[in-house]
Amino acid sequence: MSGRHLLSVADLGRQGIEEILRLADSFKEVAGRPIPRVPALRGKTVATLFFEASTRTRLSFETAAKRLSADVMSFSASTSSLEKGESLRDTIETIDAMGVDAMIVRHRSSGVPARVTAWTSASVVNAGDGQHEHPTQALLDCYTIREALGESGGRPQTDFSGLRIGIVGDVRHSRVARSDVLALSLLGAEVVLVAPRTLLPPSLEGWPVKATADLDAVLGELDVVYLLRIQAERAGRLLLPDLDEYHARFGLTRERAGRLAERALIMHPGPMIRGVEIAPEVADLPASLVTRQVRNGVFVRSAVLFHLLAGPAGAVVGEEDGDG
Amino acid sequence: MAELLIRGGTVVDEGGERRADVLVSGRDVVAVAEGIEAPAGARVLDAGGCLVAPGLVDLHTHLRQPGGEVAETVESGCRAAALGGYGAVVAMPNTEPAIDDPSVARDVLELGRGALAQVAVAGAITIGRRGERLSPMGELAALGVRLFTDDGSGVQDASVMRQALEYAGDLGVVLAEHCEDASLAAGGHMHEGAWSSRLGLPGQPALAEEAMLARDLSLVRLTRTPMHFLHLSTAGSVDLVRRAKAEGLPVTAEVTPHHLLLTDAEVASYDPVFKVNPPLRGQADVEAVRGGLVEGVIDAVATDHAPHPPETKERPFEEAPPGMLGLETALAVAFGALSGRLGAVGLLGAFSWRPARIAGLDPASGGRQGGPVAPGAPANLVVFDPAAEWEVDPAALSSRSRNTPYGGRRLRGRVRHTLREGEPVVVDARAQR
Repeated sequence: MSGRHLLSVADLGRQGIEEILRLADSFKEVAGRPIPRVPALRGKTVATLFFEASTRTRLSFETAAKRLSADVMSFSASTSSLEKGESLRDTIETIDAMGVDAMIVRHRSSGVPARVTAWTSASVVNAGDGQHEHPTQALLDCYTIREALGESGGRPQTDFSGLRIGIVGDVRHSRVARSDVLALSLLGAEVVLVAPRTLLPPSLEGWPVKATADLDAVLGELDVVYLLRIQAERAGRLLLPDLDEYHARFGLTRERAGRLAERALIMHPGPMIRGVEIAPEVADLPASLVTRQVRNGVFVRSAVLFHLLAGPAGAVVGEEDGDG
Repeated sequence: MAELLIRGGTVVDEGGERRADVLVSGRDVVAVAEGIEAPAGARVLDAGGCLVAPGLVDLHTHLRQPGGEVAETVESGCRAAALGGYGAVVAMPNTEPAIDDPSVARDVLELGRGALAQVAVAGAITIGRRGERLSPMGELAALGVRLFTDDGSGVQDASVMRQALEYAGDLGVVLAEHCEDASLAAGGHMHEGAWSSRLGLPGQPALAEEAMLARDLSLVRLTRTPMHFLHLSTAGSVDLVRRAKAEGLPVTAEVTPHHLLLTDAEVASYDPVFKVNPPLRGQADVEAVRGGLVEGVIDAVATDHAPHPPETKERPFEEAPPGMLGLETALAVAFGALSGRLGAVGLLGAFSWRPARIAGLDPASGGRQGGPVAPGAPANLVVFDPAAEWEVDPAALSSRSRNTPYGGRRLRGRVRHTLREGEPVVVDARAQR
């Protein structure tokens, strides 16, 4: 992995992704121990800066950092001086002055983590910026697919070539989709975007994908169906007539689930809106990896923090020596 | 009377280029010839290797006064203008309050009296630039206002624009449109295309500019009132204006220096210093606006100098205001972008006499800008060294703001001296007051 920040999946490249996934295996092993903690980042301070609320992602990062024995500082916009009018730059410089090794940044505007790198000496991890990227989500998605493939046997673990993955839904506004397209295609998968034109990015120039508005035409060929959340506010305006029509055209209904290939996997970044992008009963099928994605998020985020902060000489999984 | 000799340069005006010294006495040029001997007591300015031309005229300057003095004042903006070689600027009316009333126009003109560049004002087309009721264009025209625009936004309602054109037709003024269909551009923070799609930033399509331009051209065909099109930025816009001119419609157009040089790829840094409206476009658009200027479809280069205080440009990209500084870098940027394609006469025409005519500041309109460099002409002059290389240091700019997109960039070509009514207001790239 090049650089000391993780702003985009593109910062990693294929090798970087593979390295993170391998490291995540170690943290999965750690999670099974009686004391699921290693001293790798003892003395390091990790700050989570969530300018946009997201309890799940924040908890995942904080758990990941604590398993490495890092100190964790938590900042959220609703409890901060931002409400008193402090600028983003002043906020970052203030937290930087307290001495932190990593800033994990979530913001509703694309590009904020990239801008933050100019105002701090800490490593910056993008925890989701606007409609741009959510690289750790893509890494945990890759990890989850790799894990599921490993269990079904045969295939080399991180080589996704030959795999056809459909990303269904609001690609245009989705940072998860942008990171997943990059990561999955770097690992060799063929990615098909399935959405009405209104929910595709205005230009797919340079995207290693195919696109279609006909879910039924591609459904049977997919190895993974990756459903994106439809935000209710997109419907009833210009982009979608209404959510019922969306469900009828793009929802993973029980009927469609029955036409999936035998070993096809169902994934979703959460939070899932049952009855819109997925039928309630389909979400609970064994093919659905949704809770595994959440579990794996912790391992992958530990791997990212370890990689950025422990450096090449860091001990990966030494035993916790008891005083942490 | 104070005499001043500009020695060793190449004089460039609408008549062409020639090696000549220029002798100034008081407010006027008194002699243009090779080898003029400096009169006793005359100040001599070296113009070796330089172009000596009528001062530049910026059709599109945001001086921010009244209401935006944190970002710029008439005084600071005019100092920046003089450093950029400008003899005159047209102050845009999107101030607070807007220049939609004779009292505001008078105030701005008054503030401009002692400034380092001549200040002309553009009036708003509609009250408060709200696109609803016409401003008192007649009263404003009586104060010498020649250009009217709601710049910052376009006039959205086609019937309002039609009325404005019909009304303005009687007054001998020009309506200037900021072409942006608000419904198509809504929520867009950069050019819609491959980069916006990748960067996850909502875009505004080229169509938002072209749709309003096409509408306005139809209105000009109907009303025959002259229109000027501000900061055109797309290949489609250049095509539309080319066809309109071929048809004989009374239209003129400008392009900014940044649209001649920069593309939307710059936004990959997410630095709001690259946020501007209209947004930086793709490479094909950059090529098209360059071609449009070379061809004469686009008449003028205008800066759209838009100062914003640093704290607003440190916001997230989507929350930062659009706009870039331009006055101090414009000529060098355009020279660089068009080197080899447009000679000195063509380029300085786009910066001086053509915009002077559009703004009604040229000698034929009774003004003192953009005329020939000849005995008896006003000594509003720029001395530009096309070979000088310099690095843009935002902190060293004389604008009150720092939002130049060229910080750290090396530019070739620099204004060495500027004369305003015979007074050397910039000497060796330094403002004299």
